[in-house]
Amino acid sequence: MDREKRNTNYNLYVESKIPKTKAWPSLFKAFLVGGIICAIGQGFFDLYSHLFPNLAESEVTTCMLMSIIFLTCFFTGIGFYDVIGAWGGAGSVIPITGFSNSISSPAIEFKKEGIIYGICVKMFTIAGPVIVCGVVGSIICGIVGLVI
Amino acid sequence: MISVWDYVISFLVGGFICFLGQILVIRTKITTARILVLFMVIGMVLEVFNVYAPFKEFAKAGASVPIIGFGASLARGAIMATKEYGIIGIFTGGLTAAAGGISMAIFASFLFALIFSSKTKKGGH
Amino acid sequence: MQTIKFKNKPYLLNGYSIVGPLEGKGPLKDYFDYILKDDTLKEKTFEKAERKLLQDIVVGAIDAAGLRVDNIEFFFGGDLLNQIVSSSYTARELGLPFVGVYSACATMAESLALASIFVDNGLAENVVAGTCTHFSSAERQYRFPLELGNQRPPTAQWTITGGGASIVSNTPSNVRVVAATFGRVTDYGIADVNNMGAAMAPAACDTILEHLKNMGRSPKDYDFIATGDLGKLGSEILIDLMEHHKVVLGKNYSDCGCMIYDKTERVFMGGSGAGCSASVFNGYILSKLKKGEFKRVLLVSTGALMSTTTSQQGDTIPGIAHAVEFEYCGGEQKDKAKKQLQSVKVMAGKKSANEKRVNMTVISKKPAKRSGDD
Repeated sequence: MDREKRNTNYNLYVESKIPKTKAWPSLFKAFLVGGIICAIGQGFFDLYSHLFPNLAESEVTTCMLMSIIFLTCFFTGIGFYDVIGAWGGAGSVIPITGFSNSISSPAIEFKKEGIIYGICVKMFTIAGPVIVCGVVGSIICGIVGLVI
Repeated sequence: MISVWDYVISFLVGGFICFLGQILVIRTKITTARILVLFMVIGMVLEVFNVYAPFKEFAKAGASVPIIGFGASLARGAIMATKEYGIIGIFTGGLTAAAGGISMAIFASFLFALIFSSKTKKGGH
Repeated sequence: MQTIKFKNKPYLLNGYSIVGPLEGKGPLKDYFDYILKDDTLKEKTFEKAERKLLQDIVVGAIDAAGLRVDNIEFFFGGDLLNQIVSSSYTARELGLPFVGVYSACATMAESLALASIFVDNGLAENVVAGTCTHFSSAERQYRFPLELGNQRPPTAQWTITGGGASIVSNTPSNVRVVAATFGRVTDYGIADVNNMGAAMAPAACDTILEHLKNMGRSPKDYDFIATGDLGKLGSEILIDLMEHHKVVLGKNYSDCGCMIYDKTERVFMGGSGAGCSASVFNGYILSKLKKGEFKRVLLVSTGALMSTTTSQQGDTIPGIAHAVEFEYCGGEQKDKAKKQLQSVKVMAGKKSANEKRVNMTVISKKPAKRSGDD
């Protein structure tokens, strides 16, 4: 039996051996965590629209997002966000808090390598693609907007 | 002014988006960076096809807190800026719209990195 | 031949193991020599903590064998950090001639085998072989920042904090090293870094079969066969693979990664890392061997030889396994061994764990000054 065939067979065999875990609990947890984070966001939104009635809706939204981002960085710092993340899975990643956690966690982790080469360089090791794709995507959207 | 319905719909829609994300995680072993990029691009596409605004009107924070909202605001910023400033807007619009979020993420991360250090994970989660 | 049978059968004078707080809650907690309360070891970074850990382990082993650092001729060791820094820095602190060894998580068996070859051929009298891993330093090098809120897939394993070291010597004791088999690098095309057990199982199978064939034995001849860190899934695969070759691994087979953690801890498939087989061997297996509860043991440490770069480039994971066979020789060496054991016991027993640690720092500080001028 040649090597490639052996390897495909082995991979298929391993795949069949991997224990099937129940998906429902983790889906439920993701739903719960994601939902709660969004509801907290709504709370900030209502708070800011009450405090600053002159601001436009989009600006209130920005303030709300900034507050959640700040809080997430704090919770990452005190070592609590990874607990939420391990429990809630995608529920902690997809809200903007996941973006914020993916910037602050390497910043905190690589602090020991110094401020410039640690914090500043490593800050975007995980969230870098989000910013790159965001900028490139927004430029494409701008071009599309110009053409239409 | 504050309505309970806003919270209920935020919870349900936001939760449902994360639910879809978790299905992806389980099925494809997708990593954090990929999930973030994927959902952000979904947000951009929704914005380009003018679906995001009515969706946000309906779902409130359930639409703006997930990274979909971040993508949509990048796209909306770029599109609006081209209407106002022409070609230069293609390049300035996106980041201008998302500046608040990105600046706060960078600033707060820097600040807390100076204050805190990482800790070992407490057992297996 | 792949298997080296030792003519003089070098002795295993003693071993020493230290594990972290999580491992210290596991079912083997009574067998480890020291359990850390704080896994930073009061150091500023996890890398520094790891090298302090290895230093404590090596000094602890030398102490437990009733020797001093200057009685040791060579230090065989390695670890998982890039450029095996923990071992090199330990060797610097202790001022020991250092033979750096790397075969990922199979480092313990490889350094034991090399140490035994040295002693067997009369090239050295007392040699120390040891390794360790630290969960947090491995995590930040191989995976993600510790504070990132991510979930692990169910096939993932948990790098242990801990390690062990053994003293191989020509001074009689009641444990001997009989033979060692160096494994072939085996790759069955697994690319998932979260499924190391499956990537390493074929290597373990290959090495065990080779060792059994060359020694003319069957698994029944061993009281205990231990693989390094295949985990739950990997050891099930190994049993299947061995059955495929018509060799049945019975109840005497277990995996160090499966043994080290409590079943209630959520560590997925079990422990992994170079320190896994090192701590379980020097803690659990060696103490059973010394008492004669195990007469013949086969330790098969398994390693996955990929790097973060190769796995990002989509390469598959090559696995390796080294086997070392030990036997209890308390019967044949009764008088000599008894004396040796008593002196060792007195040495080890009189000191409480705390005193030992104070001792270590004292010993380890002296040569540090010497090595300052390179």
